[in-house]
Amino acid sequence: MVWKTLKRWYHQLGSPRYFYTFSSTVLPWLTPIALLTLVTGLVWGLAFAPADYQQGNSYRIIFIHVPASSGALMGYMALGVAGLVAVVWRMKMAEVMLKAIAPFGAALAAISLVTGALWGKPTWGTYWQWDARMTSMLILLFMYVGVIALQNVIRDPRQAARAAGLLAMVGVINVVIVKYSVEWVQTLHQGSTLKMFGESTIDPAMKYPLLISMLGLWLLYAANVLIRARSEVMWRERRSKWVGKLVREGNR
Amino acid sequence: MNPVRKQRLILVVAVLVGLAIAVGLMFYALRQNINLFYTPQQIAAGEAPLNTQMRVGGLVKAGTVVRDQESLDVQFVLTDGKGAFTVHYQGILPDLFREGQGIVANGTLISNTRFEAEEVLAKHDETYMPPEVQDALEKAGHPGAQKDSE
Repeated sequence: MVWKTLKRWYHQLGSPRYFYTFSSTVLPWLTPIALLTLVTGLVWGLAFAPADYQQGNSYRIIFIHVPASSGALMGYMALGVAGLVAVVWRMKMAEVMLKAIAPFGAALAAISLVTGALWGKPTWGTYWQWDARMTSMLILLFMYVGVIALQNVIRDPRQAARAAGLLAMVGVINVVIVKYSVEWVQTLHQGSTLKMFGESTIDPAMKYPLLISMLGLWLLYAANVLIRARSEVMWRERRSKWVGKLVREGNR
Repeated sequence: MNPVRKQRLILVVAVLVGLAIAVGLMFYALRQNINLFYTPQQIAAGEAPLNTQMRVGGLVKAGTVVRDQESLDVQFVLTDGKGAFTVHYQGILPDLFREGQGIVANGTLISNTRFEAEEVLAKHDETYMPPEVQDALEKAGHPGAQKDSE
């Protein structure tokens, strides 16, 4: 039953035209909800959450750093899945997604590195150390940039997608390294505060604004992917009848 | 599944599994070099090279920090419960440096009991809480109150 529904979605959303109508109904809701959630989480975290017992107020960068890092990692996982579908099934929408997911993820990886460095200076006493977590995160940023560059350097969009898809899949190995680097080897970077299983080592008064900021940023990422995918679909299908009709009607 | 796609899928999975194994082996082989620092236990066991630039990490043992009154010289014992040695440092310590705090120091190991640091970094743990909660934990004698010393 679930499998059948998933399969139906896969085929429906695999059609550029269906995706376009679907995203038209979702976006007017998704974008405001995402912005509202993100602003709520950030204002709560940056202005109202209590200060930390050791770091004082400088810990507040967590409300940007952790959502950005988690967004960058999840985005790359999605990129890997899109890459797999694009390479094995040659599905057009997966190629579109490959192009739509990368830029926001690259920006988030960069934000994660910059905010981490700014926090590291007062807390650790250094902006940067070549420890496993920081180095693998820098590689993640390079992988994102590589996927974007590959798509732009190859003229034929279908071939470009296959090359970028392969790179995206290979990079998923690095995502695993980023995630577990703090557990497998000795690093300056601390372990995860938020735990999927077991108790998180963060006070609830700080945890809730953090979780809300994370959710808000993820939703904003999703909205950004839909918007980028829509314009890419329009461009790729520019010779089709339905796009011509949309443009003539001025219904963009 | 269509045989062409199946073949592509098998190829892709094979490439990824192979690559994952290769990266895993590389990680395993370079384990020692990927570790940012040596632990006091490794130093006590003589696994760390002497007179080479390297990093050590551990906890500042409570009651061992000795500051020179005239200069910025400071020395303290670094421990992980399984080994311990003295660290000498001249300079300004990070704000989070305190007894019981985890730190990473960059410098050279003179002997198995003496480390000359050129740089001392505070290692922050993953615990975040408001000061009032910390006070309450301390008052109640909760083991969590000592968690910041990890």
